[in-house]
Amino acid sequence: MMCDDARLLLHAYLDDELDAANSAAIAGHMRECPACTARYDAYATLHKALAQPGLYEKAPDALRQRWTTAAEAPATIVRPRQRRARMPLSVAAAAGFVAAMLLSGPAWLQLMRSGRVNHELVADVISGHVRSLQGQHLMDVVSTDQHTVKPWFEGRLDFAPRVKDLGDEGFPLIGGRLDAVDGRSVAALVYKRRLHVINLYQWPVEAGVPSPQTVVQEHGYTVIRWSDAGMQYVAVSDVSESDLRQFALAFQNDGSTSGAR
Amino acid sequence: MPTDPPAPMTGQDTARSARFEQQVLPYLDAAYNLARWLSHDAGDAQDVVQEAMLRALRYFDSFHGGDARVWLLTIVRHTYYTMRSKNRQDDLHAELDEDIHPLVDEGPSPETLTLLAVDVGALRAALERMPPALREVIVLRELEECSYKEIAAIIEQRIGTVMSRLARARERLRAELGHHPKEVRRHDVR
Repeated sequence: MMCDDARLLLHAYLDDELDAANSAAIAGHMRECPACTARYDAYATLHKALAQPGLYEKAPDALRQRWTTAAEAPATIVRPRQRRARMPLSVAAAAGFVAAMLLSGPAWLQLMRSGRVNHELVADVISGHVRSLQGQHLMDVVSTDQHTVKPWFEGRLDFAPRVKDLGDEGFPLIGGRLDAVDGRSVAALVYKRRLHVINLYQWPVEAGVPSPQTVVQEHGYTVIRWSDAGMQYVAVSDVSESDLRQFALAFQNDGSTSGAR
Repeated sequence: MPTDPPAPMTGQDTARSARFEQQVLPYLDAAYNLARWLSHDAGDAQDVVQEAMLRALRYFDSFHGGDARVWLLTIVRHTYYTMRSKNRQDDLHAELDEDIHPLVDEGPSPETLTLLAVDVGALRAALERMPPALREVIVLRELEECSYKEIAAIIEQRIGTVMSRLARARERLRAELGHHPKEVRRHDVR
C-alpha cells in the first residue's frame, strides 16, 4: 500500500469502518511506515479530544420546554363533552361556555367544524409566519400606506382584503404579501409591534356565521382567529398574548363600517 | 410556505403527538448540536431547530419507522441550508473554500497536536473556521458519533464521499489547530 492510499484509509480504519482485508493492509502498512503511524496517532488524539463533552451543544431549556408542552397543545382545544360532576372551576366555566355555544346552534356547529382543522391551520400559519421572517419573504409590497397596499392585492386574489393602518394604536402597517394557508391563496398583512412582526392572514369564508375569537398558543407563538363580515382572520406573532389581543381588537374596531369586502 | 397540503389529520392527534414526543423529541439535543455548529450562533440555531421541528411534526406521517435521529438530522440540515441560501456570498465562499483545500497534510508534528488538541477552546475555534461542508461531517462523526452510513444518509452523499470528506475535514482541522493556536474565538455566543 502507498502512503497516499493510507492517508485516506487510516481515517476509516480509525472509525472502524474498514472491511477485514483493508484493515489488515493498513495495519501492515503502518508497521513499516513511521510517518503514517504518527499520522494515525495524531488523528486518534484528535478523535479523543473531540469527544470532550464541552464541545457538544445541548438544546437550551427554553427550546426544550416549547416542544415538551407543545405535545399537549391539541388537548387545550375546547372539548365539548365534559361531564358536570366533580369538575374544577375552570372546567365548569368551560362547560358553561360550551353550553352557551350549544344553545346558539349554528355557531356551535361552526366551532366544531373549525375545531377539527384548528391544529392543522395553526401549524400552517405559524410555519408561514416563521418563513416570512426569513430572508426577503416578509413582504411583496412594502408600504405603510393602506391605499398602496390594498390595490396591490387587486388581481392577485379573488377577493379584496381589508387593509387598515393601525399606526395610531401602536401597530404600524409595513406591507403585505401573498401567502397560502390551508391550500388556498390568502392575503397576508404585515404589521410591526416595536421590533416584533405580526402577520395577519385573511380570506373569505361563508358569510353569516360569525365564529367566536379563539386564542391558541403553540411553540411560543400566539395565534388569534376570528371572523367578521364573511372574512376569516388569523393573526400570528411572538408578541405577548395581551399585545396580540389588543391588535385584534384594534383591527376589529369600526369593522362593520369600513367595507370589509 | 409550502403549497402542498399538510398531511391529513385523523382523530388521533393526541396519539400522534405522543408518538412524536416519544420518537423525535429525544433527539432535540442532536438537532440543536448540529444546528449550532452549522450556524455559529445560538439564536440562529434555535430558529433552525424550531423550524426543523415544525417541519418534522408536519411531515411526521411520512416517517415510517427507521432511524428517527437520522431523519431529524436530515431535516435540520436541509432547514439550515434553506435558511442560509438567502446569503449567496456565504454559500459561494464555502464552496471556493472547499475547492482550494484539497487533501494536503501540512499540519504540525503530532507532538504539538497532542498539547493543543486537549484545549476545548482551541478546538472550538478551529472547528468554527472550517467550511460548513467539512465541519458538518466532523460534528456528525466525532460529536454525534454517527456511522459512515448514517452520515451518508444525512448529507445525502455516497459512503465513499463521506470517507474522503471526513479525511479532508480532519486534515483541515489538524492544520487549523496548528496554524491558529492562540486566536481568540470569533463567534462567541452573544
